[in-house]
Amino acid sequence: MTALLFAAQRLSAMVLALAVAVHLATILYASHAGLTAGAILARTHGNVAFATFYGLFVVAVAVHAPIGLLNILREWTPWRGRTLDFALVLFALMLLLLGFRAVVAVYA
Amino acid sequence: MSATLDVAIWRGTEDGHFQSFAVPRREHQTVLDVVTEVQRHFDPTLSYRFACRVGMCGSCAMVVNGRPRWTCRTRVSEVAEGDRLKLEPLRNLTIVKDLAVEMTDFFDKWKDARGYFEPGPAPETDFAVVPPETRERQTANAGIECIGCGVCYSACDVVAWDQDYLGPAALNRAWTLVNDVRDRGQTERIDAVATDAGCHACHTHMSCTQFCPKQIAPTYAIAGLKRAVMKRAFGGGG
Repeated sequence: MTALLFAAQRLSAMVLALAVAVHLATILYASHAGLTAGAILARTHGNVAFATFYGLFVVAVAVHAPIGLLNILREWTPWRGRTLDFALVLFALMLLLLGFRAVVAVYA
Repeated sequence: MSATLDVAIWRGTEDGHFQSFAVPRREHQTVLDVVTEVQRHFDPTLSYRFACRVGMCGSCAMVVNGRPRWTCRTRVSEVAEGDRLKLEPLRNLTIVKDLAVEMTDFFDKWKDARGYFEPGPAPETDFAVVPPETRERQTANAGIECIGCGVCYSACDVVAWDQDYLGPAALNRAWTLVNDVRDRGQTERIDAVATDAGCHACHTHMSCTQFCPKQIAPTYAIAGLKRAVMKRAFGGGG
């Protein structure tokens, strides 16, 4: 792995450590408070802080997961080279697309 | 302690088999003593490798009861399971025959990791003064006693998964040279260890550190290389 990918994976892991903790705390709060889907959406609609936080979460996932998957595939399969890189860039774009689609759905 | 040891020794190459020998058990006997006794008194065709017999040359490493060890400094009493010894060639290296493995890949990777001193185009003409108390000298000292036995390479899961991985010994050697203040080949060395097969492939399982018979910690050397690569990549020198 290049130095850049190594640094990107470590930095995205730091973001994810915080983001996952906040995400889990939010789920616990919502379920303990007995919030309905409508009540949750009422809080998230138009909430810039919410959209920014989950937007950052999505970017961190889209950076972190493909690099980890790249390492796993290199170690456990003979797949190497540009086709592997290309496939993982596509995977990253898919995560970004699906992630931002979800963020927009609960923000807008 | 019973009178004999039940010794199972790997014979042949990759598709070989275990052969059992009943070897007299002796006080203070080493595993290498057992192998030598088998070759001298039971089967002269048994192939294995040794030289110094005192833990300096690094040539007698084998897998003993599932764990890689230097056999000349390993007493039977410390490792026998009851009266049984199971001896295999080192993992992750091609078997030449019986207990002897081909070490070429292992040492080629030292070269690939630039694990040799590079004096630069204009070497110093006088002796270099490297104070023993400096951080660089002490860091190099921590890894400099490697005898190239291959135990760490045999113990490493990442080598088992990825035959291109440089391995703990080569990376440890590179780290000692990164800390050699006289060396002038650092840019090329950092580039050499920052490839897909280099220090970033390490999973920090620490098997190398656990099994190194010289109590060297290649895991920490590899962590040092990761820091050095980051420093160089993001403009902090190193």
